Amino acid sequence: MRGIVEVRFHGRGGQGVVTASRLLAEAALLEGKKVQSFPAFGAEREGAPIKAFTRISEAPIYIRSQIYTPNIVVVLDPTVIRSERVTEGLKDDGWLIVNTIKDPEVLKEELDAKAKIATVNATSIALELLGAPRVNTPILGTLVKSTRLVKLDSVISIIKSTFKGKVADMNIKAVERAYQETKIKGV
Amino acid sequence: MMARKVLALNGDEAAAYAVKQCKPDVIAAYPITPQTIIVERLSDFVADGELDAEFIAVESEHSAMSACIGASAMGARAYTATASQGLALMYEMLFVASSFRLPIVMSVANRALNSPLNIWNDMSDTMGARDCGWIQIYNENSQEVYDFTIQAFRIAEDHRVLLPVMVCHDGFVVSHSTEGVEVLSDGEVDSFLPPRDPVYPLDVEKPVTIGCVGVPEYYPEIKYQQEVATKKSIETIKEILREFNESFGRSYGIVEEYRTDGAEVALLTIGSISGTAKEAVDEMRAEGKPVGLLKLRLFRPFPIEALRKSLSGLKVVGVVDRHISFGSCMGGALNMEVRAALYEMKDRPHVMGFPTGLGGRDIRVEHFLKIIDELLMIAEQDALEEEYKVVGCRGPGCIGP
Repeated sequence: MRGIVEVRFHGRGGQGVVTASRLLAEAALLEGKKVQSFPAFGAEREGAPIKAFTRISEAPIYIRSQIYTPNIVVVLDPTVIRSERVTEGLKDDGWLIVNTIKDPEVLKEELDAKAKIATVNATSIALELLGAPRVNTPILGTLVKSTRLVKLDSVISIIKSTFKGKVADMNIKAVERAYQETKIKGV
Repeated sequence: MMARKVLALNGDEAAAYAVKQCKPDVIAAYPITPQTIIVERLSDFVADGELDAEFIAVESEHSAMSACIGASAMGARAYTATASQGLALMYEMLFVASSFRLPIVMSVANRALNSPLNIWNDMSDTMGARDCGWIQIYNENSQEVYDFTIQAFRIAEDHRVLLPVMVCHDGFVVSHSTEGVEVLSDGEVDSFLPPRDPVYPLDVEKPVTIGCVGVPEYYPEIKYQQEVATKKSIETIKEILREFNESFGRSYGIVEEYRTDGAEVALLTIGSISGTAKEAVDEMRAEGKPVGLLKLRLFRPFPIEALRKSLSGLKVVGVVDRHISFGSCMGGALNMEVRAALYEMKDRPHVMGFPTGLGGRDIRVEHFLKIIDELLMIAEQDALEEEYKVVGCRGPGCIGP
């Protein structure tokens, strides 16, 4: 399993958690990497806490279990932090990416997290640009800015091929805005 | 050779994409989790004019298989997909399809059977249907789903075979997992898979009777021919795999060997869990432990000779089933078959069964490390205490939740 970067997404059904996981995998695939993206199966219900997973690697990926010790945790909805142990298993040298109005310093203390933290107010970006709290694309902007896991251009390319016309344009704007407005602690 | 397209596809999408390129004449299917995406994509392809097929939205799986049988008997290339309860409801017609020698291809996204209601993955569905005369291929990932869906049509329709084929992939773990899949061009698929050439199609100009009564004076001969055809199909399957490998740069065999050189103990796996097991083998190898893995790709017909060859010289084999055959002597069907296949072999390895991952229980590398520890202990003691042990379960004698 050496060389595999593992990402775990937390959010609620309807926020596009599974799509975020898949878009990230597709962006990495575009860069010639081996990828895997899958939901925590069968739990997808509007509003319920759900998880999705992405693996990215230079070498072929064999493992097919869920992800228990992620390098990166992405939280699309800050309210799941109350019910889900989002930092469980997160590697000390990993990243915690959260959609929140809070500063990373505050969150770091609240969660007693050892990992590096990046935050962004993705909800307000999504409400303004997409007209709905669909934070799955903007949060990828923050993920890219902080972790450099994939290139921003790759994410934009995938959004262009996944969505059409104005929807694609606004999602790209949302990604770019989140990229710029990312707050980072611990680097 | 020009670089091929790599698409992001989950297992269901990979199946649907391959089916589209195989140009079936008739698709009759009823959506059921976790196979649903296959049916959705195929109906999209037909509605959008990308696939010129008759799409029959049937009211049940029994009807799905019945419609495929009728279409296939007319000479059409017929396809369906199902899972779990759907396959169970189809059961009666599965025997009809194989006994009519109809080359129907069916994808199965393996899922547990009720009760309790469970939509997640194990192989109770197809393992329960192992004696209905269908060829069964089990796939580890989306790439294999894609490649073997195409090969399944070629195998089924070969005049030396003429049997229906189930192409199985694990529900959710493969069906809903997106991976990069290197796809062939339409032209490449066309060159590998010519249009179907039916042997005795229903035709009013040249009438034939299919499905009449088989009195005791004839029935055994018909069943004997079916058995001979099924057993013999293994040579044709190997030949078709070779051609596919050579044409498209793959390296598939009916049994896959992973790090078996110098191995004393080995895991024998089937389906997607093989991937996680390979990680465990890598970890054990890094510690210098003599461990390997064999993955069975073909369960029907059972690849006895290939398996005997691969397993000879090993001290212990741990057979990982994804279901329980209740009250059987060996826990799971795969374990039973492997032990039976090895019985007359000199210096046969010890064989222990590990039914695991029932109803979608997530099986991790650690589970396999425990299984391998058990195998190494058996090798050291040269003795087996138990025929099988359930893995990934809370219960006396089970290995870990």
